[in-house]
Amino acid sequence: MPSLKDVKLQITGVGKTKQITRAMGMVASAKLRGAQNRIERFRPYAEKFHEILDDIAGRTQDAAHPLLQVRSHPKTAVIILVTSDRGLCGGFNASLVSTALSLAQSREKEGMVVRFICVGRKGRDAIRKTPYEILRFYGDVMGSFGFSLAAGLGRLVAELYETGDADEVHMVFSEFASVARQIPVSMRLLPVSAAGGAAEGEKAQAECLYEPEVDTLLAELLPRYVNVQIYRGLLDNSASENASRMASMDNATRNCDELINSLTLLYNKTRQAAITNELIDIVGGANAQQSQ
Amino acid sequence: MEGLRLDIVTPDSVVVSTDVDYVGACGIDGQFGLMPQHAPLVSALKIGEVYYRRGSSTTWVFVSGGFAQITDNKVTILVESAELADNIDVERAERAKHRAEERLTHPSADVDVPRAQLALSRAIARISVARR
Repeated sequence: MPSLKDVKLQITGVGKTKQITRAMGMVASAKLRGAQNRIERFRPYAEKFHEILDDIAGRTQDAAHPLLQVRSHPKTAVIILVTSDRGLCGGFNASLVSTALSLAQSREKEGMVVRFICVGRKGRDAIRKTPYEILRFYGDVMGSFGFSLAAGLGRLVAELYETGDADEVHMVFSEFASVARQIPVSMRLLPVSAAGGAAEGEKAQAECLYEPEVDTLLAELLPRYVNVQIYRGLLDNSASENASRMASMDNATRNCDELINSLTLLYNKTRQAAITNELIDIVGGANAQQSQ
Repeated sequence: MEGLRLDIVTPDSVVVSTDVDYVGACGIDGQFGLMPQHAPLVSALKIGEVYYRRGSSTTWVFVSGGFAQITDNKVTILVESAELADNIDVERAERAKHRAEERLTHPSADVDVPRAQLALSRAIARISVARR
């Protein structure tokens, strides 16, 4: 049996860990709420954007813009891997990295050279251990990022695409389905997949003026569309990260509770055993004196 | 007379959502004004100002990077950033202007000239909107 003092120390230790995990869980849930609000605020912009883009894409000939053209023999691919900067969020980063690596392998099988752009430290640490090259790394940005981060990334990949350094650009991030469910997904950013709603949009189209003409307008819209996609990915990812951290911290707090319960039981048992032993000693002593 | 509904939307928020009588904006091909019963229009916007009138009061807004659309008396301005004239930090804009000018007058290898030019025009537009 362990000594009373040891058990007491262990209980305080676990109690302190529990305080930390509970605080981290609360911080994560506050951040999650913030991230969800940002997704909510972004929605009107994204919806309106898609509306205008669908409308304009429906009025131009297919593949009118270089960003829309699928290259026949792609040789290079760039993957933007979005992860968190810090750990303690369960299997969040591990699942993102494995999604990214399986995507990279499938691209390699088709004879492409794969390179990475990492957003978030955890992803970079994982990719460093693989032979893939890291083109650019953005660290410590997930805490507070604005649309300019997405715009910067968008400009970078559009440049890579235009110079032929990347024939395909993919983005791996965690889609925020619900607080309990986050799905690692990969999405092709470039070439932009053609907007689907063109056929049904036909009848709804009223006569409309365009300034400048449609093709130029499309050339303005498409790079921004890439930014919008990236921003959506970043927002989803930050919500997912915090949801995942919240869940794992809640788990940890619950485990601490269980541990404290079983340790307290052990403590009481040990204490009881010590008392019983003392009693036996006293009674034994008294009996010995009486029998004298 | 029927009025116009104006929404100025950015990725982070809906900056303006109100009923107005008139909207003026700088399109890529020049300035234009929108009044009720305007024909449907989509236009790319320059970095600069958008203003709207309601009754006798006029409000100026700085906008950068986006589009304006009007259908059925609904004007939607979709931009990457938008600031009401009262909310513009003029000092910050002045600093940004100096920084951009510095970069453009002493270009070194690591200066991204088009980017600095964009930053400069944003700063100038912000300042001019704030002074309105």
